[in-house]
Amino acid sequence: MTAVELSAVSRWYGNVVAVNDVTLTIGPGLTGLLGPNGAGKTTVLHLMAGLLAPSQGSVLVGGDPAWRNPSMYSTLGLVTERESVPGFLTAWEFVLASAKLHKLASPADAARRALGIVEMEDAQNRRISTYSKGMRQRTRVAAALVHDPGVLLLDEPFNGMDPRQRLHMMTLLHRMAEEGRTILFSSHILEEVEQLSGTVQVIVSGRLAASGDYRHIRRLMTNRPHVFTIQSSDDRRLATVLMGQDSVTGVRVEDGTLQVHANDYGTFTRALAKQAKASGVRLTSVLPADESLEKVFSYLVAT
Amino acid sequence: MNLTIILITARALLGRRRVLMLLPMPLVLVGITLIGVSSPVDGADWGPTVFGNLGLSVILPLTALIVGSSVLGLEIDDGTITHLLTKPLPRSEIVLSKLAVAWVVTTVATGIPLVVAALIAGSNTLAMGLVVAAALGSLAYSALFLALSVLSKRPVAVGLVYIVLWENVLVSFVDGARVFSVREHATTVADTIGNTSLLDSNVSLTTSLIMSAVFIVVGTVGATQRLRSFALTGEAN
Repeated sequence: MTAVELSAVSRWYGNVVAVNDVTLTIGPGLTGLLGPNGAGKTTVLHLMAGLLAPSQGSVLVGGDPAWRNPSMYSTLGLVTERESVPGFLTAWEFVLASAKLHKLASPADAARRALGIVEMEDAQNRRISTYSKGMRQRTRVAAALVHDPGVLLLDEPFNGMDPRQRLHMMTLLHRMAEEGRTILFSSHILEEVEQLSGTVQVIVSGRLAASGDYRHIRRLMTNRPHVFTIQSSDDRRLATVLMGQDSVTGVRVEDGTLQVHANDYGTFTRALAKQAKASGVRLTSVLPADESLEKVFSYLVAT
Repeated sequence: MNLTIILITARALLGRRRVLMLLPMPLVLVGITLIGVSSPVDGADWGPTVFGNLGLSVILPLTALIVGSSVLGLEIDDGTITHLLTKPLPRSEIVLSKLAVAWVVTTVATGIPLVVAALIAGSNTLAMGLVVAAALGSLAYSALFLALSVLSKRPVAVGLVYIVLWENVLVSFVDGARVFSVREHATTVADTIGNTSLLDSNVSLTTSLIMSAVFIVVGTVGATQRLRSFALTGEAN
C-alpha cells in the first residue's frame, strides 16, 4: 500500500507557473489525472517521479521524498509520454536490463513475468525499432513493472494506440489496480478516464480543479451552464415556450436563429424536445456552443 | 560501476554511425608518419608536429570529445536517460560506468594509432610514453566532456571552444594557460617516458599529474552532482 502525497506543491519555470499549490493524495487503485493539453499533468507526474524538484511544497512517495532520492525507485515505476526507447535493443534485452539495474534477485524471471503481463513474449526477440507504437508502449510498461512496484505512473498511456491496443492496456491497468497497486495515468480525453477510472483528479492551468469520484465530476460537467444555437420552424414561439423553463436563463432571437442560455445541460436537453413537440414547433438544428474540453475544464475551475 | 550500464553504453556507442568518425584521424596520423620516416628530414623536425600537434593535440581531444559527449549526452538528448534515472542506483554508479566506457574507447581509439606511428618512427620508448599519455589524457578529457554533457545543452560546442580557443590559441599567448590544458599534461607524460627528440613538452611532470587528477576528480564529481538533481523539463519534447 504505497501512496503518493503532494502537499501544497508548486512548480514554476522562471515566471511561468506550471503547477500551482496542488495538494492531493493518490492511494491504491486506479486514478485518472485529467486535464487539457498544457495543464501541467506531465509536470505533476515528473514531480511525483522525482524527476523535477518542487519549487514549493513536498512530494512524498510511500512517505519518502521523491526528489534526490534514487532508492525511491524500487517502489515506483514511470512510463513517460515521450516515446524514448533504445531501439537497438530487443524488448527482452531492454526489460532484462531494467531488472538488472533494479538489482533484482533473479532478473531473468522478473523480465519474463513483466513481458508476460503485457503479452509481448512473441515479439520479445525483435529489436524495439521494428515495433509498432502500441508494442513500444507495452514494452515500456513491462520495463516499468519489472520490479513489481507499488506505484505506477503513466503519462498519456493511450496516445496513438488503436482501439484494440487501448482495450488491452485498459484491462491491464484494471488488473494491476485490483492487485492493490497505486496507479495514476494522465489523459486529456474525458472518455478514456470515464471507461477506466472511478477516481479522478482534474487539473487545469496548473491548479487542481476537481477531485474525487468520476460520477460526481461528470455531473459537474453536464450540469454546467450552456449555450445552444437552435433553428426551428418557429423560433419566436419556441423562445416563448423555452423561457418558461426553469433550466433556461435567457433567449435571443437573431438573424433567423435562436440562442438559448441554459443553466443545466442535462435538464435542458431533456426538456427541449418535449417542449418543442408539445407546442408544434419543428426543430431543424440544435448546436451546443463552446463544447471544447478546455471550456468544460475552465468551468470547473471557476466553480 | 555497473556492468549492465557499461555493456549497453558500449553497444549504443559502437553501434552508431558516429563511431566511424573515429576512423579517418588515425589513418591520417599513420600516413603522415610514413611520409616523415621516408623523407630525408630529421625526426626532431617533423616528430613534434606529428605526435604533439596532430596526435596529442587534435586526435586525442577530438576523439575524447566525440566519445565523452556521447556516452551520457546522447541519452539525455533522446530522452532515454529517464530509464536510467528511474532506477534505484547511486548517481555516482551511473557516471563512473559511463566514464569507464568513454575512457576505454578513447584510449583504444587513440592509443593504437599513436603506438603504431611511434613504432614506425622507430622509438619503442615513445610508443610506451604515448600509450600512457593516451590513457591519462583520455581519462581527463572524458571526465571533462562527460561533465559538460550533463552541465550544458551543447557539450560538443563548449568542448570545441575549450580545445580550439583554450588549448590551441590561448596557450600560445598566455603561458599560464598551459596548466589547465589536458593536452599539455598528456604531452609532458609522453615526453618524459619517451625521452626522445620526437616530442616537446612545456609543463612539469608534477604539475601535469596533479592537474590531470584535478580534471578527473572535478569532472566526475561535477557530473555526479549535476545528475543527482537532474530535472526533466516539463515538455521534454
